[in-house]
This record gives sequence, C-alpha cells and structure tokens, in this order.
Amino acid sequence: MRAVHGWLLLLPSAVLLGVFTHWPVLGTIWASFHATPRAGRPAAFVGLENYAVMAADEVFWKSLANNLWYALATVPVSIALAILMALWVNSAMRGRTWLRMAFFTPTVLPMIAVANIWLFFYTPQYGLLEQLTGALGLASRNWLGDPSTALACVSVVAIWKEAGFFMIFYLAALQSIPPSLAEAAALEGASRGYYFRRVVFPLLMPTTLFVMVNAVINSFRLVDHIVVMTRGGPNNATSLLLYHIYNVGFSYWDTGYAAALTVVLLAILGLAAAGQFALLDRKVHYQ
Amino acid sequence: MRRLETFAAWTLGILWILPLLYAFWTAFHPPAFSTRFALDAPLTLDNFRRAWEAAPFARYFLNSFLLVTMVLAAQLVLCTLAAYAFARFEFPGRDVAFLLVLVQLMIMPDVLIVENYATLGRLGILDSIPAIGLPYMASAFGIFLLRQTFKTVPRELDEAARVEGAGPLQVLWKVYVPLARPVYLAYGLVSVSYHWNNFLWPLIVTSSVTSRPVTVGLQVFSSGDQGIDWSVITAATLMTSGPLLAGFLIFQRQFVQSFMRAGIR
Repeated sequence: MRAVHGWLLLLPSAVLLGVFTHWPVLGTIWASFHATPRAGRPAAFVGLENYAVMAADEVFWKSLANNLWYALATVPVSIALAILMALWVNSAMRGRTWLRMAFFTPTVLPMIAVANIWLFFYTPQYGLLEQLTGALGLASRNWLGDPSTALACVSVVAIWKEAGFFMIFYLAALQSIPPSLAEAAALEGASRGYYFRRVVFPLLMPTTLFVMVNAVINSFRLVDHIVVMTRGGPNNATSLLLYHIYNVGFSYWDTGYAAALTVVLLAILGLAAAGQFALLDRKVHYQ
Repeated sequence: MRRLETFAAWTLGILWILPLLYAFWTAFHPPAFSTRFALDAPLTLDNFRRAWEAAPFARYFLNSFLLVTMVLAAQLVLCTLAAYAFARFEFPGRDVAFLLVLVQLMIMPDVLIVENYATLGRLGILDSIPAIGLPYMASAFGIFLLRQTFKTVPRELDEAARVEGAGPLQVLWKVYVPLARPVYLAYGLVSVSYHWNNFLWPLIVTSSVTSRPVTVGLQVFSSGDQGIDWSVITAATLMTSGPLLAGFLIFQRQFVQSFMRAGIR
C-alpha cells in the first residue's frame, strides 16, 4: 500500500520530467541520425550525415572553441572574485552591508537587462567605457564590433552577473567555519595570508568544486546576452554552442542538424555531471 | 594593510555598481544629458512614460506575473508530493527514480529547446503562457531541496499524527509542510527570479503580445524601430527589472539568506 502511495505521489513530477527532460534527450539522439522532416513526411534515416556536416561546419568549430575560451575565462575569474568578495563581506569591514548589496545586485537582474545595460556601456563614442578611455586620451574603438575584443567583452558581462551569485555560496561556507580556528591560528602567530591558504581555502574546497560545476554548466547554458549584444558576431567571434543551436534550429529550421549539435552539448554537460558525481563521492569520504 | 584592503573592497564595489548607476543616470535624465554628466541636469520620468507608451508593457507585465505565479504554484505542489515520496516512502525503483530526477540538475530544459519546441507543437499549445512554464514545472532542484528538508523531520511527529488517524496527505499537510516553511520561501524566491528573468526559451515559444513575458517584450522593443534612443531603452530595461530589484532592495536580508539556504545542500 505504501509503495502504491509512493508512486502516486511521484507520478505528476515523473510524467512531466519524462516528457520534457528524458524523452527529449532520447529524441535528440534519435533525431541526430535522421534528416530534418519536411512537409509532413517522416524523417529519413541518414546515419552519420548530420555529424559529417558538423565536422565540416566552420561555425560549429568556431562556436565550440569560443565556448571553451568563454568558460576558461569566466569560470576561474568569477570564482576568484567570488571568494574575494565573500571574504570582504564576511569580515568586520566598514560598509560591508553596502558591499554585499553592490556585489549581489547584478544577480537579481534579468540577463537580458544586464546585456542592454552593458551594450550601452560599450557603445562607441557615447558609452561610459569610451568616455573613460577618451578621458585618458586613448583612441576610440568599437569594443563589441571588433572580433579580437568582442568575446572578452561578453565574458566580462557574464563575470559581472555571476560573481555575486557565487559569493553567496562562499559566504555560507565561510560562516560555517568555526571562529575558534582563526583564534588558534592567531595564537600560533600565523599571518592572515597563511591562515587563508592553509585553513580557509582547503575548507572551502567542496564549495569551490560545487560552484565550479555550476559555473561550467552556466557557461554552456546561458546565451541571452549573446542574442542581445552581438547575435554571435562579428564574424561569429561571439557565437557560443547553444547560440549556434538556436540559430540552426530556429533561423534555418534545420532540426536534424540542430539535434546533432545538441548531442555534443549534452555530452559536455554529461561530462560536467560525471565530475559532479565524482566530487560528491569525494565529499562523502571527506566528512 | 587593513585600510588598503577596505579601499580595494570599496573600489571593486563601486566598479561593480557603476554600469547600473550609469543606466539609472540615463533613464532619469533627458536625452540631452544621457551621456553627459552635469550636476544641474534636470531629473525626469519622461523616458519611462515614452517607453511605457511605445510598447504594450502593461500586457507584458501581466504575462510575466501569470507565468511566474503559474510555474511557482505547480512547482510547489509537484515538488512537495515527489519530495515526500522520496523522503518517507519505500517503493520499488525509488533510488533509480531519484537518480533520473537528478538528471534535470545537469540537463535543464534550457538546452533541449529543439525537441521541447516540437513536443509543444504536437500538443498544439505553442505561443501560450503555459507553454513557457510547462517544461519547468517538475523541478529536480525543488524536489531535491524539499527531500533533504523532509528527511530532517523527526519520525515521531509523523507517527503521532498517523496514530490520530491522519492519512498520508494529511500528515504531509499538517506536519511536513509547516516545518519546511523557510525552505519554501527560499525556493520561491529563487524560482520567481529565475522565471521572471528567463529569456531564450520564452523567446522561442512565444510570437505574440498576448503571451510574451517582459524579458522578450523588452528585446522586441529595444531591437525594434527605436533607433538607438538609449534614454528610452535604459528606462524600459530598468522598468522590467524593477519589481525584482525593488523586492531585493527591500528584503535584502531574506533574499541573501534564501539564496544561501538554497545553495547549501
């Protein structure tokens, strides 16, 4: 009887998860081996053709490389900033409530609003950035319109939005460290830098791993700012993998090829998941 | 040394808030002052009025409000039931089912846009508010969070209620739900801000004014034939973030604590 009740309680969630998570994952894999269905005819099996197209698709390789660079830039920088912010906000510093607000506010804004604000910030001639560099006597440049700086510009936006969010996790972790450790370290005459390196940082390790996995997932999941700021340009310099999928799927309506691209994205996320599980295992042994 | 650190912290804080302050400046001043800083620049709400009149923002706000309410209500019910099942019921396949639920933590509906669009097309509900919310209504994050909380409820309370003749759902409603109130608040805040801010999926699913949430409305508005009137665009941008921003500034402590609570698992 309890078993029936258990399944009944689970049923509504199970159906929705099945329809909108598990079935689509399987459907994506299936569709990646089939041509895009046209005019009511069922999709024809094409084997690895979509993957062959992918291997020859320069935009795909460019997007994948961009996404890796983007992750490589945003993940470590936002984590380092988050730790720094959390240490400051958690200390007895003057104005720390104000600081917490300043750091956390970007997190509650929609990414699309953030993108609009930064688009204005980067605008040639009028933007605040141009005004600052102009005041320093530097030459005017189109930060978002130049392939060599555009990806860095959108990375900065992501770091700005996410660092304050990750700060919260570190804040929680820092507050769970018993104050007696700091007192003991002070009694032993350890410097603050030494105390951070040898005591605080190792204790923050589980949080860092957790935040890292989430940051990596976010760097492949969130492309709202790309839609607003650059549309993947100039010359695909800021096209990320999900943005390319969105373009192929909903601008060219080539759903078969979009499915093959999605399989690559799922594989990357699966890798992150494997990392997460390995880490959770470690965490259990750790405590 | 301490002084230097405070200075560094304040510099980063100011740097962090600067883009937002710039947007505020532009939105609250006439276009002539949008990029010119003068102490005697007159304040105005005219940019907000122009933005409000240029696009059906009232409707967009209503849509977003309906979306967020609908998603949260469904999530609270579905996640509570599922979490209760995982926390306090023995049934065959429970552990496998739980692992399958956790899959959604990694593979969110955000990345399954092509297949989910096809599914909603087959259901014939594209371009509607439920279509935006449906893929998110069963939430692995919510189930996980509530399961952890329900597991900490002492079994004696559960049994005492059952001895008095309460059925499983009554026990859930009378014992578990009240004890998990802070977690519900935390989850609610996270969910509301996620769905108010969500953009790519609503952009794909919706195509008309009657179903677009504010984020998509803002994008349609600012990429439309506005030219580049930054005064109006920043006003519209601040307007769409307004409710959450105001809520955050007023309930700052609850917000931060909620995000913290939701983050510790």
